[in-house]
Amino acid sequence: MHIVVCMKQVPDSGQIRVHPVTNTIMRQGVPTIINPYDLFALEQALQLRDKLGGTITMLTMGPQMAEDSLRKAMAFGADRAVLLTDRFFAGSDTLATSFALATAIRKVGDTWGKPDIVFTGKQTIDGDTAQVGPGIAKRLDLHQLTYVAKIAEIDLAGRSITVERRAEGGVQVLRTQLPCLITMLEGTNSIRRGSMADTLRAARAEVVKWSAADAGIEDLTKCGLRGSPTVVKRVFAPTAREEKAHLIDTTGLGTDQIAQALMTEVLTRVPAIEGDLQRAAASY
Amino acid sequence: MIDETFDAIVVGAGPAGNACAYTMASRGLKVLQLERGEYPGSKNVQGAILYADALEKVIPDFREDAPLERHVIEQRMWMMNDRSVSGMQYRSDDFNEERPNRYTIIRAQFDKWFSKRVQAAGALVICETTVTELVRNTQTGRVIGVRTDRAGGFIKADVVVLAEGVNGLLGERAGLRTPHKANHLALAVKEMHFLPRDTLEARFNLQGDEGVVIEAAGTITRGMTGTAFVYTNKESLSVGIGCLISDFKETGETPYGLLEGFRKHPAVAPLLAESDVKEYAAHMIPEGGYNAIPQLYGDGWLVVGDAGQFVNAVHREGSNLAMTTGRIAGEVIHQIKARRDPLDAENLSLYAQKLEKSFVMKDLKKYRNLPRALHNKHLFTTYPNLISQALQTWFRVDGVEKKQKENEIVKSFFRTRKFTGLASDVWSIARGWR
Amino acid sequence: MSSDAKPAPAAGGRAGMKKELPEHFKAYKHVWVFVELEGNEVHPVSWELLGAGRQLADKLGVDLAAVVMAAPGIPARRAVAESFAYGADLAYLVEDPVLQHYRNDPYTKVFTHLVNTYKPEILLLGATTLGRDLAGSVATTLLTGLTADSTELAVDADGSLAATRPTFGGSLLCTIYTLNFRPQMATVRPRVMPMPERQEGRIGRVIEVKADLVEEDIVTKVLSFIPDRNSKTANLTYADIVVAGGLGLQSAENYQHVKNLAKVLCAEYGGSRPLVQKGWIEADRQIGQTGKTIRPKLYIAAGISGAIQHRVGVEGADLIVAINTDKNAQIFDFAHLGVVGDATRILPALTDAFRARFAVNRLAS
Repeated sequence: MHIVVCMKQVPDSGQIRVHPVTNTIMRQGVPTIINPYDLFALEQALQLRDKLGGTITMLTMGPQMAEDSLRKAMAFGADRAVLLTDRFFAGSDTLATSFALATAIRKVGDTWGKPDIVFTGKQTIDGDTAQVGPGIAKRLDLHQLTYVAKIAEIDLAGRSITVERRAEGGVQVLRTQLPCLITMLEGTNSIRRGSMADTLRAARAEVVKWSAADAGIEDLTKCGLRGSPTVVKRVFAPTAREEKAHLIDTTGLGTDQIAQALMTEVLTRVPAIEGDLQRAAASY
Repeated sequence: MIDETFDAIVVGAGPAGNACAYTMASRGLKVLQLERGEYPGSKNVQGAILYADALEKVIPDFREDAPLERHVIEQRMWMMNDRSVSGMQYRSDDFNEERPNRYTIIRAQFDKWFSKRVQAAGALVICETTVTELVRNTQTGRVIGVRTDRAGGFIKADVVVLAEGVNGLLGERAGLRTPHKANHLALAVKEMHFLPRDTLEARFNLQGDEGVVIEAAGTITRGMTGTAFVYTNKESLSVGIGCLISDFKETGETPYGLLEGFRKHPAVAPLLAESDVKEYAAHMIPEGGYNAIPQLYGDGWLVVGDAGQFVNAVHREGSNLAMTTGRIAGEVIHQIKARRDPLDAENLSLYAQKLEKSFVMKDLKKYRNLPRALHNKHLFTTYPNLISQALQTWFRVDGVEKKQKENEIVKSFFRTRKFTGLASDVWSIARGWR
Repeated sequence: MSSDAKPAPAAGGRAGMKKELPEHFKAYKHVWVFVELEGNEVHPVSWELLGAGRQLADKLGVDLAAVVMAAPGIPARRAVAESFAYGADLAYLVEDPVLQHYRNDPYTKVFTHLVNTYKPEILLLGATTLGRDLAGSVATTLLTGLTADSTELAVDADGSLAATRPTFGGSLLCTIYTLNFRPQMATVRPRVMPMPERQEGRIGRVIEVKADLVEEDIVTKVLSFIPDRNSKTANLTYADIVVAGGLGLQSAENYQHVKNLAKVLCAEYGGSRPLVQKGWIEADRQIGQTGKTIRPKLYIAAGISGAIQHRVGVEGADLIVAINTDKNAQIFDFAHLGVVGDATRILPALTDAFRARFAVNRLAS
């Protein structure tokens, strides 16, 4: 079977700094990583391939330097990697992104065989939208399975797949037909350590680079800023609240006294708690 | 097992490993470089100053695309006591030259760039892979490759270059060197303070890409042997301090405590005011000098950079020695390979011979006894206070005649340190410096 | 939405341009809220959205509509009635046995059909697993803009929806517009908007729409639904008191202090994102932009520095109490009450204090 895993290279959000004066993002020196959520999708894909055979194609849209992440994905064991890179993609919102990726997946299918499953992570840590996966599914008419916690069964001959999907307040067990798109839930597995042989292969492998034209995109007005219905009008830091926290004066107080002072202050400000807790205490 | 043999495996992707891998790969050797960090440079911490000369000898056109922050046009040497700074300042427009001699850099970016160049030269660079052991021929004992922490991790090579830095355990585990001694290791900590570019340039009186280096010593290390620094980057300041590990152990002081003291010093605080602090990093520096240098080569292996204790603590030089030793090792390996000779101890001894002739060994030899002389708490407490007091007496205009001021100053030195103390301090430093 | 929050374009760039809404979009009017009905219960986020939608509709001078899709039956009718009580003027009700359980395919079909027929200008959905699954498909089908996880919704002078959301991992906020497309879609996470007052007896118009769905046409089948054994995670979102810890606790063991205080206060417990990354707490206990948004009466943050991404998740709390050793920590910028001190020492003392207080009261009563 052929699996496509969509992956994004993202700035390590924990290390992003905001310029204290201009409130702009200081990208300098912020390391980039594979979107952590995508690693759950990749590991799931690797497990399926190990069990059922086939190949895994990684697909990333991003700048040239995203090649590093794709190479890393190959070191985990993916078979090939495609980097979709073109200045026409700059400024894409999720609709434009799903258009570009969906078109590229079609081309991947024409080149290496139609994919049976397209995987994405649950969302990215820089955008946090969780919209690109569903967007790709809709555009390629793939059955959409989001927030999948487990793949319970795949019947390649019968073309059916059964998954457990995280829903509000419970787990949905869904069965659908291949081809499908799966967005993988976090914490469902942990990425393997690639073997030395895979690592060497990845270091030498050629990452396939496609421009918009290479990927078969004809209508450039659907790409990048032009193809994005949303417009970011303003980026800003939240205004500081007028009043800062009232700090309890702890000078000369021991820990117990500080705790007493804090408790008294809390109960004065939210008197309702007192009643709630008394009722709770009484019901012991 | 991987069924191929590399001409050389370089363990580590710091300046030494990169210089070595680049030198070999650009001369056509089949090189594999293994780095345990997430990316080249992720485990590296340095102030950092780049000494152009050492890099120029490896990559002559590095200025074209290397991520350089500022070229240094001014050096300040500070002696500090708790409230004052005395010192020397040298600033010259001559440093605004076409090929500046020193640059401030941010190591994470610089190392990434260096590694890209290494890869472009043809070396295979693999990160997140720890070399766990040197594999030897069971009969001859010759090193024939390495084993890594990945499955199927044995890889063969004609020579293994250990560029694993100060923390590398490989050389120690393979019995190539003894563990570092606590009095041969300094622990340095560093913070990055971010400031808007124009604020920073106004504070340091800079234009364009000009930069300042401040090196400081004195009571800021609370009697321990060590120095502190402030380097100007484009939009940030690197601020750090370091002392010998043995001293930290003995005094119970913490590196962060020292850094905080330095940061709050009345001469430093205004330089850092309103900066946004990000990144706190600690690193060990091998400062044992000449006497601590281990065996540098053997059958099928070489040591370069920090792993070989190549640091000139007195002049705060390390990365240039790393690049130079890496380059020389690479040249030697290529030379031996080119004449199809085996990379055994006998042939690799050429590496040690070349080092002896270079500034690396000459400088380290010159200062071989200085570390002991500098390990004198008076240098970091008594003298800074005396000098501050002397200068204050001298500069204060208060109706006291100058002759009397001179006498007071001289007396203060003898009263505090006695004649024998003064004499021995001067003598030991002078001898160490020779 | 913006998968990659773009930098604000310079004035004169596209964002600076005047809105030129194509003619065929001018007929789009009214504000819609998707009422999320699963397992016969309406997710409270839907009422929160009706509250937010009411304000937008009033500002625009248009109607607020609830969209209810369900299997025929009492829960659907009850959801419609409740929608009126929470502020809707009218409700589009689609009843069909195929809509018994949520599935992307039929729900997307019905929803896009409704939009194309009745043309709303603003469409709001809860950012739940259901809402996000549906919103992405609907927006792609309609080829319009969608802003995920909005924290603030407003209507600007020319009537456009201005949706504000955190960006860059929660270090900044950005305001996003869908200028030239309709409808303008946004999702909002549970608890981000306040729960509006329920107005008993408020009624509205019901527009029933036939879906004509055929089960055989739907490929995806729901084999079963396994309800969560403990719905603790839902409790965190809607708890009255929440105690949370951050890296200032210094070790995984010290997180126990948070749990102990939570127990005495009958509270739920959670933590900041780094704790999840370090594996000290489960992912569903994370509080903040990428975790749970909470709105308790009392929120105690122990050893949490208070980055924006955390701030947006807790700002709705009535009283925020912060304990942190660093008096300059950002958390003191938005907390109401603070103690500068070591949480690992103050938490146990505070636990003892509350325990003693309510033990005494219990004896007294």
